[in-house]
Amino acid sequence: MELKAGSRLKSGVCDTQVMVIATPDGDLELTCGGAPLVDVTADAPGGDVAADHKNGTQIGKRYVNEAGDLELLCTKPGEGSLAVAGAALTLKEAKALPSSD
Amino acid sequence: MNVMMLLEMASGAMGDRVAVQCDDDHFSHADLYAGAGRVAEFVRGTSAEHLAILDTSSPAVPLALFGAGWAGMPFVPLNYRLTGAELDALIERITPAVLVTDAERAKELAGRDGLEVITREDFLAIARGDAATPESDWSMEPEDIAILLFTSGTTGAPKAAVLRHRHMVSYILGSVEFMAAAEEDAALVCVPPYHVAGMAAVLSSIYAGRRIVQLPNFTADGWLDVAHKAGITNAFVVPTMLQRIVAELEETGGAAPTSIRALAYGGGKMPLPVIDRAMSLFPPTVDFTNAYGLTETSSTIAVLGPDDHRVAAFNDDPEVKRRLGSAGKPLPGVEVEIRDDDGKPVSVGERGEIWVRGEQVSGEYLGRGSQLVEGGWFPTNDGGFLDEDGYLFVLGRIDDVIVRGGENLSPGEIEDVLHEHAAVADCAVVGVPDEQWGEAVAAAIVLKGEVTAEELQAWVKQHLRSSRVPERIEFWDELPYNETGKLLRRKVREALGTEA
Repeated sequence: MELKAGSRLKSGVCDTQVMVIATPDGDLELTCGGAPLVDVTADAPGGDVAADHKNGTQIGKRYVNEAGDLELLCTKPGEGSLAVAGAALTLKEAKALPSSD
Repeated sequence: MNVMMLLEMASGAMGDRVAVQCDDDHFSHADLYAGAGRVAEFVRGTSAEHLAILDTSSPAVPLALFGAGWAGMPFVPLNYRLTGAELDALIERITPAVLVTDAERAKELAGRDGLEVITREDFLAIARGDAATPESDWSMEPEDIAILLFTSGTTGAPKAAVLRHRHMVSYILGSVEFMAAAEEDAALVCVPPYHVAGMAAVLSSIYAGRRIVQLPNFTADGWLDVAHKAGITNAFVVPTMLQRIVAELEETGGAAPTSIRALAYGGGKMPLPVIDRAMSLFPPTVDFTNAYGLTETSSTIAVLGPDDHRVAAFNDDPEVKRRLGSAGKPLPGVEVEIRDDDGKPVSVGERGEIWVRGEQVSGEYLGRGSQLVEGGWFPTNDGGFLDEDGYLFVLGRIDDVIVRGGENLSPGEIEDVLHEHAAVADCAVVGVPDEQWGEAVAAAIVLKGEVTAEELQAWVKQHLRSSRVPERIEFWDELPYNETGKLLRRKVREALGTEA
């Protein structure tokens, strides 16, 4: 599917929802729990979370691909884990910042 | 993207936590979310294109900020101290609009073309209403405008800075960890809603899950009182506020609130002696943070953190001590460069203009378009330099630089030296017209002890080159500040320039 920053997607097989923060151009094969991510307003196809895509997502965490040009923010947590073209997305480590406001 | 999404996440994950409280009134995250939806329904039912607020802090501020985001129109917090022609000019620029204000103003402003006026009470009643929470149908278009913020206009007519949803969301995601606050954490918000720090405080606190405690009208004893009673753990103040809090603690001998863990300051230059005194009055465990930012950059772009404060404050090495007067280092995701008049980067330690780039940097004014130049860089009009370890020093507005006989003098540098004098309570240094030099250095001084102009001149000469010695010194009872603590240099310049 073709993405743009601000797009909201959900998992077809768990509760995970994400927002696209950054994306490369072109079609991407994004999955969660082993099944394709769908538009947040679409009906979830349902099914089981694949055993090898079951590490879970955490709300408020950002997930990136290896190239660093795809970034998703988890807005609702779920059981499945995120991947692009079969490669797992990894947690973007946040640098601890002092509270400035 | 939409700031509403930040609230939706907070409401989903910590709906029962109090999001905002003011006096006896409060809203949980879930209430705030539902209220924003009702506000959106209400404004969509009018012909408004903006949702404005002309009022002191109250829960109506976050409700209007998020409700506007939900409805897909810009939120415009106006300076409630403005009256007459100044206010009319701003209102004219945002009509058709819904305007939330106090009962008295609502009467005054009723019946104007394109303006639907509603009192704060009625607005809060709509937010609290029985109507079901609407479906979450806000736009996720990153380019939509979240906030229009009129700059303080210390140098001319106010400009409306355009802050789009992508700027505000980027700022929050880049600087705040979701739900990082403990359940008992509370942030005291005393900057007015029309200041970018007021907007940033709302968004960061909600995303972190930190209860916002609003103090609508700042006084030092009021601030200390609320801090004690509400168990405040975090607070942000502008320099004049900290100055008054420090003076209050010193005069009354009262104890600093023990619940406070983090005290951030920004919005103007903090005199070194004030932060030094504050650090000795508050428990050593308090984390002090200096936040430097601009309206046009969606608030903070650089911070001098707690560790830097402790290292610098208790160090004898003047180079390290000096860092207490710096703005620290850029946030991750923000790049800073110092450039010369031709826009070329200068070397470490050299002075120039501060340029900044990053997702949170808007650099756009309504009707004037983007001021970003090639590569997305924004020239801030602030002078500064970076030291060899990457600490950013801010020298003040470039327009304020004094050009004396072809030499560029920074008022901030001279003010820093004057502030160090035991008899000086406050000071402002400006350039005034001079036949011989083009501009001469002049200073307005507020005293707290006894000293003559000649002694102060000798003091500056002892610390800086003689070209920086103020040729004219006047002693004033107080300096002109605007209500958010910005020194009105134009007024100082006018007064010192004409009384030759």
